[in-house]
Amino acid sequence: MAVEQRRVIYKHVDEEGYTPDIDCYMKHGGYEVLKKAIGAKPEDLCKEVLDSGVTGRGGAGFPTGMKWRFLDRKSGKPIYLICNADESEPGTFKDRQIIYQDPHQLIEGMMISAFAIQAKQAWIYIRGEFINGARILENAIEEARAKNFLGDNVLGSGFSCDIVVHRGAGAYICGEETGLIESLEGKRGYPRIKPPYFPAALGAYMCPTIVNNVETMAQVKHVIGMGGSEFAKFGVKGDPGTHIFGVSGHVQKPGYYEFEAGKITVGEMLYDVCGGPLPGRTFKALIPGGSSTKILRFGERFTGKHPNTGEDFDWGVEDIPLDAVSLKCCGTFLGTGGLIVMDDSTDMMEAIANLMAFYGHESCGQCTPCREGSLWLNKMTLRMTGGAARNQDVDLMKNIADQIEGRTICAHGEAVAWPVQSHYNKFKDEWLDKIAHQGNGNGRYNPKGYPLI
Amino acid sequence: MSEGNAEPKLARINIDGKDYQVPDGMNLVDACESVGVEIPHYCYHSHLSVAGNCRMCLVEMGMPMRDRATGEPVLDDDGVQKIGWMPKPAIACASNAKDGTYIKTQSPLVKSCREGVMEFLLVNHPLDCPICDQAGECRLQEFSTDYGRGFSRYVEEKNVKPKRTELGPRVTLDDERCILCSRCVRFCEEIDENPVLGFIERGSHSTLTCFPGKKLDSNYSLNTVDICPVGALTSTDFRFKMRVWFLKPTKSICTESSAGVNTEVWSREGKIYRITPRRNDEVNDSWMADSGRALYHTVEAEDRMKRFRIDGQVCTLGEATLRARELIQVGTVAYVASGKLSVEEQYSLRKLVEKEPGRVTFVAHTQDGDGRLISNDATPNVRGGLVTGLIKQLPVTELEALRDKLAAGEVKTVVSLGEDLIAAGIPPEMLKKANLVYLGTHRNATSDIAKVVIPTLTVFEKSGTFINQQFRLQKFAQAVPGPAGLLPDVWILDMILAECEGAKCARPSTPQVWARMAEEVPAFAGLSYAKIPDTGVLLDGSAYAELPFPETKGWHYEPAAEPATASSKF
Repeated sequence: MAVEQRRVIYKHVDEEGYTPDIDCYMKHGGYEVLKKAIGAKPEDLCKEVLDSGVTGRGGAGFPTGMKWRFLDRKSGKPIYLICNADESEPGTFKDRQIIYQDPHQLIEGMMISAFAIQAKQAWIYIRGEFINGARILENAIEEARAKNFLGDNVLGSGFSCDIVVHRGAGAYICGEETGLIESLEGKRGYPRIKPPYFPAALGAYMCPTIVNNVETMAQVKHVIGMGGSEFAKFGVKGDPGTHIFGVSGHVQKPGYYEFEAGKITVGEMLYDVCGGPLPGRTFKALIPGGSSTKILRFGERFTGKHPNTGEDFDWGVEDIPLDAVSLKCCGTFLGTGGLIVMDDSTDMMEAIANLMAFYGHESCGQCTPCREGSLWLNKMTLRMTGGAARNQDVDLMKNIADQIEGRTICAHGEAVAWPVQSHYNKFKDEWLDKIAHQGNGNGRYNPKGYPLI
Repeated sequence: MSEGNAEPKLARINIDGKDYQVPDGMNLVDACESVGVEIPHYCYHSHLSVAGNCRMCLVEMGMPMRDRATGEPVLDDDGVQKIGWMPKPAIACASNAKDGTYIKTQSPLVKSCREGVMEFLLVNHPLDCPICDQAGECRLQEFSTDYGRGFSRYVEEKNVKPKRTELGPRVTLDDERCILCSRCVRFCEEIDENPVLGFIERGSHSTLTCFPGKKLDSNYSLNTVDICPVGALTSTDFRFKMRVWFLKPTKSICTESSAGVNTEVWSREGKIYRITPRRNDEVNDSWMADSGRALYHTVEAEDRMKRFRIDGQVCTLGEATLRARELIQVGTVAYVASGKLSVEEQYSLRKLVEKEPGRVTFVAHTQDGDGRLISNDATPNVRGGLVTGLIKQLPVTELEALRDKLAAGEVKTVVSLGEDLIAAGIPPEMLKKANLVYLGTHRNATSDIAKVVIPTLTVFEKSGTFINQQFRLQKFAQAVPGPAGLLPDVWILDMILAECEGAKCARPSTPQVWARMAEEVPAFAGLSYAKIPDTGVLLDGSAYAELPFPETKGWHYEPAAEPATASSKF
């Protein structure tokens, strides 16, 4: 294996004999960082996080320290912290391991973050399907409270903050931070319009609120543990630290792997780490960061000047280093790090129909373009895979996606549009080929693929 | 100068390359409308919170660029400050007019946004226009004309939803037509403060419904029908009755209470089909009560009087006015009226009283108001009686003084202008002995025993003015003709006066009455009927501030004095 995993967040995940209770966590040095942090000045902690350059791991990759700086501290209102544990992006299963196997790492990270931003109250909004995850977290919170790592007067510092676990009810959109806040408040999970409802100013209960992903919170623990400038040294410029990559689909060894950002290429990941394609198959496509990110087609080339090194690059999909900056150079995103791999057995029209079935089902229905566009695309792709596709449907799909992108309240619009746009750009020929075969009265045409929908 | 009169701060905004001055902080949709630039929208409503969900009002927005470090303006090659346009279109309804805002409402991107949203709104919208009540006043139709494709690219099956849900006693919902703008939901929550509506299901399958066990049964429920931009919420009363393009709107005033709600009366071929509120931000915003909308049913009520009568026998108008004059001149006369009369009628009555003097008493019609748009006074124009000088005191609930005078034989003749004297405490046998002249619209126990009955017109059949609880003078116009042969009350009063004077009746028009009133009534000096704007004129009511009016606090009304209890007597 060319590159070794660097397990920071997942240090103890799947470790023999490691249990999610507090004694095991403390035996492995747990809560030492919190003890250190609680003696520091909150402003200094925020500075460390800003200096580290650590980015949000929920998909958008926004610098966490910057997000914290946007907090409206002048309003005099209490500040809230929310951990977004609504991991719902298809292809993403990284937070789950933290919650199930190492919950105290999350709680420690949250308490450090809460102290740094001086939050009055913290919540973990966990997806409804993680029933055991919620139980594990609640249990861990009780353990931590018993040891005074959270609750009133944390470790005698005078700082008080409690964590409450709130379970979602099974809606993808409640992973969008303002939709999450609405849901947390007990309302329908409709994302809020921004402006004016930026969470850092008008978040939960109209108070300044920070919403961070589970992995981000865990990263904060390590940022404070090793110091911001030290943290910034590993990974790449613009994307420091490690990433957890969840590889799913047509590889020999799917799973979750933690690597330093930029230290491994797509090819190394798929061939060396994941054991390559299934017997007799070749890779066809890769969705690099959760289902809403833009798809890559094996065989295409990416050229340009890399912003970090200043050097010209000429990459195939296999050569792309797995970091946010490099993937952005190739027109897609690292997102949540959920790599979805498709080999030559995949029918690309079935693939897009599968994605549209998800996004059509999960559109909250608040704003027009996403509500109507996503269902339209869903119905349309269902018809197309069912054997009744027309040539003009291909351009129509792209046009509908263009009418959604950038015009919606939240990013669900992009989540619907990007797959369609990128699949259109890269697999239009396959769609048209399938349509041509169906046109001969063959009905549903799917020569080598398995029905995905 | 009071604060209210201070000049509002103005903001300079640039729309499509042209500079405009608009009130600072005004919502951009309203600000653009105020200078004649339409920004199409569905979910935005001036009197509701901003939802931003329809995405129809997307525009390009920008601010003049400044250097981040120095704060110096960034100039282009020609030395003009560059505009930093936002990368994505933004909804106008979520922004307020701020000095230096630049917006584009006609760019290719904005046009494409509008066309996209229109197409999306229509894909699951049924083609109900031929049978839809909203057709003709439907925003969806209007903007389809402007931004529609003219054909559909949608070949899938449309969503199916309930077509006739009874949300409440007066509102029926056609869910397929709903575009989920949430105006009705916000109205119930924010204005009616009675949240009963919400959406169930998700995405395009979202369905408007009442909360379990609740009904949309508030007295303000029909406002949801008014603000519904499409034909989803319909008035059960109006549903399928008439195509709206046949209807003629007439500006009127609701007579339900002294709040003086501004209305529009919709009629065709002499028949009224519905009443809707007319926006007046000083009186009723965009709202009115459901009960006020039902008042037009009185026009065609069974007990409507249409014949002139003397002692129960049908006669001509001339015979009736002649007999009325004879009775008035028999001996001492007393007049009973109320705030139901218009200002012009009260003035005309005053002229008659000046010729044939007698005590004028107003009967009080109080009710339990709702603290909103229904005040405790069930008549629209008590203050008109005060301003025209017809009365000096507030109305009384019981006519004790008149009863005593009738019993003592001191009053020989009573002229009632639409007042049921029996209900106001005068025994029928006592009335039968007196000479009773009755002018009114509907039959009642008093009109049945009157010696002379002269039917008159309802508020929908005549024009005039009322003065509401704020002392706001508001005019109403004639919506439909009255029953054949009936004349406006002002003419009837004028004819009786002419009979008494031995002169000829001039049958003055409302503007002509106003020309006379402007000279004789100090409060009306300088006014003419034409000069009264649609939103009314606020008169100075300070002279009456000490009077114990029955009204309590309502929307846009603060009582000046302690309100009287409903049972007070004079």
